[in-house]
Amino acid sequence: MLTLTSPCETALHRLPAAGKLAALAVLTLTLMRLTDLRLIALAATATTLLYCAQGRIFTLHGARMLRPLWPFLLVLALWHGVSGELARGAAISLRLLTAVALANLVTMTTRLDDLIAVLERLAQPLAWLGLKPRVLALALALAIRMTPVLLAKTSILLQAWHARSPRRPGWRVVLPVLLIALDDADHVAEALRARATL
Amino acid sequence: MERNLAYVALFAALIAVLGLVPQITLISGVPITAQSLGVMLCGTVLGARRGALAVLLFLLLVALGLPLLSGGRGGLGVFAGPTVGFLIGFPVAALVAGLVVERWSVSLAFASLAGAVLGGIVVLYAFGIVGMSVVLGKTLPEAALLATPFLVGDLIKAGLCALLTDALARVRPGALLSRP
Repeated sequence: MLTLTSPCETALHRLPAAGKLAALAVLTLTLMRLTDLRLIALAATATTLLYCAQGRIFTLHGARMLRPLWPFLLVLALWHGVSGELARGAAISLRLLTAVALANLVTMTTRLDDLIAVLERLAQPLAWLGLKPRVLALALALAIRMTPVLLAKTSILLQAWHARSPRRPGWRVVLPVLLIALDDADHVAEALRARATL
Repeated sequence: MERNLAYVALFAALIAVLGLVPQITLISGVPITAQSLGVMLCGTVLGARRGALAVLLFLLLVALGLPLLSGGRGGLGVFAGPTVGFLIGFPVAALVAGLVVERWSVSLAFASLAGAVLGGIVVLYAFGIVGMSVVLGKTLPEAALLATPFLVGDLIKAGLCALLTDALARVRPGALLSRP
């Protein structure tokens, strides 16, 4: 399955994942405390330069990942346009864009297995609560594997609907999808029990 | 143990599938994602504990960079965006929906409806509104105003969740883990 990691290999890809995540946490918390438009603009410019340093295709991809934010930016623009506090609206919008862009940057430059390795290390203390890191890793792997399987079975179900009805498939399709998920879970559980002890 | 693990993993996948399949339009003409329906179903079908774990697993996959949120969104960026409150509220919503179905011994359809409304709307919106007010710099009532357009769709989803849970109990009585 596709991940959101950028296929353009950049210098940032080679930095250790744990370091990037820690830096992101610190930067995001700092950014959220800023209210001064000039400081936020500075952070936004720095983030933009960081993207641009990774090349044109990478920057365009990063810009595309910000697209889902447009309804919120529109609401902010209308809101502060009506209330007249344009500087405040600009500060909030820019802060939002910068925070999301920084987080996306870590996602785009860190491979899935590196992130999972960090997660396993972070999850080690949870063993005290009864969650073994092995079980967590297995759950992640199972969900990653079963999502495309369930998606494929659902699209077959939708094709069967389209073959029989001119109407669009409605909510009724969810029940057979639910049944497929339950059946697959039973089969997976049997297979796990036969092969391994958790 | 194996059974619980498999159910949690498969329902995490189910939430993803319900968010990714665009063909499921719940009311004609209005495109609303079925992703939060998946969260409600996790609670009402799997019960509080397993349901919340399935939603947590789903969020973990999203944070790891898989584009599983509706519209193909994902990665760490969504946790810095305006909808972060809804994401944090997702597992709590499943937990509350599951608790209602497990503990309240009225008819299953009614308990599921109550659970879906309480978990998937009341609790989820509480988290979502706080999140939007923080990220967008608005007061709580102003943020609540921003959430109202989705209320009708979510009420419909709560109704569908009750119908689906009830139908599932009819066709496969043993499958409902929230009421063994």
